[in-house]
Amino acid sequence: MKAGSLRVIEWLGFMALRACMCFVVLILVVVFYDIITKGIGIISWEFLTQPPLDGMTKGGIFPAIIGTLFVTIIAGLLAVPLGMGCAIHLNEYARDNGLTRFIRMAIRNLSGVPSIVYGLFGVALFVEAAHFGTSILAAGCTLGLMTLPVTITASEEALKTVPRAYREGALALGATKWQSIWGNVLPYAVPGMLTGAILGISRAAGETAPILFTGAAFFLPDIPNSLFSQFMALPYHLYIMSTQHHNIVLVRPIAYGTALVLIVLVFTLNLAAVMLRYHLRKKGIAHGQ
Amino acid sequence: MDNKIRMKARDVNFYYGTAQILNGINLDIFANNVTAIIGPSGCGKSTFIRLLNRMHELVPNARLEGSITLDGSDIMADAVDPVEIRRKVGMVFQKPNPFPKSIFENIAYGLEINGTRNKQFIEDKVVESLKKAVLWHEVEKRLHDSALRLSGGQQQRLCIARCLAIEPEVILFDEPCASLDPISTHKVEELILELKKVYTIVIVTHNMQQAARVSDHTGFFYMGKLVEFGRTEDIFTRPREKRTEDYITGRFG
Repeated sequence: MKAGSLRVIEWLGFMALRACMCFVVLILVVVFYDIITKGIGIISWEFLTQPPLDGMTKGGIFPAIIGTLFVTIIAGLLAVPLGMGCAIHLNEYARDNGLTRFIRMAIRNLSGVPSIVYGLFGVALFVEAAHFGTSILAAGCTLGLMTLPVTITASEEALKTVPRAYREGALALGATKWQSIWGNVLPYAVPGMLTGAILGISRAAGETAPILFTGAAFFLPDIPNSLFSQFMALPYHLYIMSTQHHNIVLVRPIAYGTALVLIVLVFTLNLAAVMLRYHLRKKGIAHGQ
Repeated sequence: MDNKIRMKARDVNFYYGTAQILNGINLDIFANNVTAIIGPSGCGKSTFIRLLNRMHELVPNARLEGSITLDGSDIMADAVDPVEIRRKVGMVFQKPNPFPKSIFENIAYGLEINGTRNKQFIEDKVVESLKKAVLWHEVEKRLHDSALRLSGGQQQRLCIARCLAIEPEVILFDEPCASLDPISTHKVEELILELKKVYTIVIVTHNMQQAARVSDHTGFFYMGKLVEFGRTEDIFTRPREKRTEDYITGRFG
């Protein structure tokens, strides 16, 4: 083939890839532009700090913000320690046999289970069997369960990036297995583990289906006063404002405002993940990485 | 003038799953000697020294037959904690593997995991170990710098210092100079000769001249068997086995 036609193919390939990239960015930009332009007008101090008023046609979304924060925190408290522990066991202790591989495959598959199925499971396990009732605790636990597969998988990947030589070096000095993991594996794996966990949780924060039957309420004038209260949540509120309200057209700005707040919240979480990773890595560099 | 025997391998067979890696190894390791293990790649020499501090147990499906003793007691017995063995039998790896911590912390780590809390003791021990490993003068001004900023040769001597700090009785070197330049190699070899006054040393090496320079006894491994074992001068000047002679004269391997 001539150099000229090679160059054309090279150019075509490059342009095709660039087009893919531009298309993805374009979608993102359009979505953001739409939500920000339509939602920014309603954002005010009142909108962020007041409950909905007048049949949810006025007022703010304060209870929904608080509700979403609470369930997200509960989800994190459940998913992060459980997920990290499970990943450490799988990667450091479990023998690499058929059972381990089956468990790992099952975990990967769990992340593909539709969120509505997690919602039903949450009703059976937390609302009914554990007697949490439809509550902030039941919903938080359901979201936590949903996040677990992501947390476990990300944590295992992070553990795999720690060189074998660190473990062997510690063991050869007479460290016990746990000492080598605690002192010479976890410090280098935790940034990656946490980043994965936060990304998983920020995904969960925006979910509607798992909280639909487990504790989210249509309307509550007050913020929840216990773990066993029902709660309002941003994604569910957005769903109501877009489809269930008696005057959908009238409350459209509120729906956009809710969407904007939800996106900002999720982005803040993602940003926190990035900053945390950066910070811990820099600390790693100070130690020598 | 053979010294007393410190470690003894008797009829050692070793398997990964169904593959037999070592076959009927009988070998004595003399106190305050350097014992070199030579042989072509894949002959089982690295596998063998990893048995001496039970590092082989990190690999699943490993199976051992026969016995290995340290000062007469079986190190493989169920009642023996591998952690105890590794505190007595230290190891320096092929590729320098300092922890991504400071030079100071690298050495302090071994003491800390052994339960030492006394700061002054740890500091003294760090200095002492660095001096023994002939690294002190190169790093005394930057003990709290990252160990990863050291050169390869310095890193390897740091790993040796780290090992010395926990006061082992035997030190295993698994091709310690494989990734070092000739000058660093020379320094490590001098260090090994110095260390054998106090410690018992086993070194796996691909480098025949190195074995001849540093060791008192040499074992030649080939395809999982110990072909010949004896005083280094005998092995290198009048080997009994044809295969040994072929290997050390560079006819194969």
